[in-house]
Amino acid sequence: MAHSITFSEATLEAMREEMRRDPTVFLMGEDIAKQGGIFGQFKGLPQEFGFERVRDTPISEAALVGAGVGAALTGTRPVVDMHFADFITCSMDELVNQAAKLRYMFGEQCSVPMTLRAPDGITKSAAAQHSQSLEAWFVHTPGLEVVVPANARDAKGLLKSAIRSDNPTLYFEHKTLFTQKGEVPDDDDFTIPLGKAETVREGRDAAIITYGITVGRALEAADKLAREENIEVRVVNLRTLWPLDYDAIADAVAATHRVLVAHEAVRVGGLGGEIAAFIGEHCFDDLDAPVLRLGAAHVPVPFSPGLQDAMFPKAPAIANAVLDLVRNRR
Amino acid sequence: MEINVADAPALPEPLSPEQISLGKELLATMIRIRTLEEGIERHFLAGEIPGFAHLSIGQEAVAAGTCAALNREDYIASTHRGHGHTLAKGTPMRTMVAELFARETGVCRGKGGSMHIADFSVGMLGANGVVAGGFGLVTGAALSAQLLGNGRVAVCFFGDGATNRGPFHENLNLSAVWNLPAVFVLENNHYASTTSTAETMKIEDVAIRAAGYGMPSEIVDGFDALEVYRAVQSAVARARSGGGPTFVECKTYRIRGHYIGDPERYRSKDEVEARKSDDPIVRLQARLGEALSSAQFEAIWAAAREEFAEAVAFAKASPPAPASDAFVGLFVGDRDKSTVYGAFAERESERF
Repeated sequence: MAHSITFSEATLEAMREEMRRDPTVFLMGEDIAKQGGIFGQFKGLPQEFGFERVRDTPISEAALVGAGVGAALTGTRPVVDMHFADFITCSMDELVNQAAKLRYMFGEQCSVPMTLRAPDGITKSAAAQHSQSLEAWFVHTPGLEVVVPANARDAKGLLKSAIRSDNPTLYFEHKTLFTQKGEVPDDDDFTIPLGKAETVREGRDAAIITYGITVGRALEAADKLAREENIEVRVVNLRTLWPLDYDAIADAVAATHRVLVAHEAVRVGGLGGEIAAFIGEHCFDDLDAPVLRLGAAHVPVPFSPGLQDAMFPKAPAIANAVLDLVRNRR
Repeated sequence: MEINVADAPALPEPLSPEQISLGKELLATMIRIRTLEEGIERHFLAGEIPGFAHLSIGQEAVAAGTCAALNREDYIASTHRGHGHTLAKGTPMRTMVAELFARETGVCRGKGGSMHIADFSVGMLGANGVVAGGFGLVTGAALSAQLLGNGRVAVCFFGDGATNRGPFHENLNLSAVWNLPAVFVLENNHYASTTSTAETMKIEDVAIRAAGYGMPSEIVDGFDALEVYRAVQSAVARARSGGGPTFVECKTYRIRGHYIGDPERYRSKDEVEARKSDDPIVRLQARLGEALSSAQFEAIWAAAREEFAEAVAFAKASPPAPASDAFVGLFVGDRDKSTVYGAFAERESERF
């Protein structure tokens, strides 16, 4: 059985269940306890678990992540809320030099079971410093798990797996998704394994490999192509960017021979490059066309709605790119 | 000739039997640290230790005095100058030396080296290659101790240079406002790498910054191991009883360069020579006076030298860390080929 809830409620359920299950799980972040989080994603938790386990903090991102690492090293499972993913830049040493490296550098004496929740992505003219998608930086950094849910079901299953993971996990949640509803299984023990992609739509003519908010945009494009052009597109939701499910990528190439990689993050230096290069190195003989990439333009996210909407890929751009692929126009 | 009593230097109070016993223990720890570091210097210059190494010669009283005030389960986080802290917290000299020699038997399996040495079995959360890297770890360790109610205390060692970084501010404030069981032990050796505190801050006593966080502080003679112990012990007692964090500033001096091989163009030889009379080992030996015979003193040195020689023999007899280890040890489960990470490690290692 399943129930229909918003993405935000799905994350709330995940945290409530994990906090009931494991008394060492605790939450800290700016404006989460009394305000309930910007998206209501922490509402009611301090009432059930107390203000010791759901903590409002000063605006001190370096201390939040640093203390999260220290607490994770010493017997607890912190979930740290980054408010906006853009502010991760204020805690880069703690994340890149500490969280990601300590287990390896100290010869496996320790582990860092910390989850960092980071609301990201473009929404409502939030502009250059509140709209970024920074996941590629952290896939490039050895030692971090990187998770990007695409819907309410993912939100719950992946957040529970992130909290249970013994490794430091970044959980990038798109701000636009928080209010979107979806079906979520009733099972209290429902989780989605890290490192496994999901084929969310079958199709033989081309494949779109994508993640996060862009999964919905790809499905919208695929439905339009099926309806109007009789083109059937497979859509792969990666769910986890590290560990990356290279096998699912290779399977999609073998099944469709034409691949588009799409994400909202900046295209240059983005994850699409890694995926395209992997396909070129390992799946070249399966390809009938060059791999295409779609991502945001190499500019900051502008404030003006007209400028903002012009610089990142949505369903129409994705559909056009698939048409190009299928008709050998590139 | 009349002697003006007010002008005569005050004689120190005689030591109690407990202080004599503690003093001997602290002296032995400092001599072990000195022996270890002079040995590291020799083997580094002989080309047997790769990487960077930073010595704390002259500062041993801070490591010895602080760690003597802690239990084995208490936590410390250290700096790039962390040999003394690690040894004083209880890490065996042999696994430390094996780590510095990059051996498989090293405490970090040869993956950390001097700047990233850790020993979780004694609560040593790591030296840190990033100045101010330890603040967050200690704040977090103190937070987990508070949440779990296990009575542990976390101590952060840091230098004067770290107090000019942002994480110092953020973590001291957070520790104070959450009343965490932490102690912040500043080893003020008056140099951040090559730049003196006179050039980097407008205050003489860094401890006054603690008042800005509502945190009590104390300034102690960092060459006096008994004084360091007294101050830290009182701070640890406050932390353990729920009284929150304390800032302890230990005024000390680094006799060696910033790193082994430092040409030290930023200070005069006279300045360094003048501070050698402050040597914490010499000072404590003098303080113990007749309570410690010269035979006993020599025996402590001989035992330390023997311990170091044994550690070097152990390291040299150990195999180097195997190349296959480069690909594993990053994620929990990556040594197990059946896990997703095991498969990744396998693929990566096949490339070379």
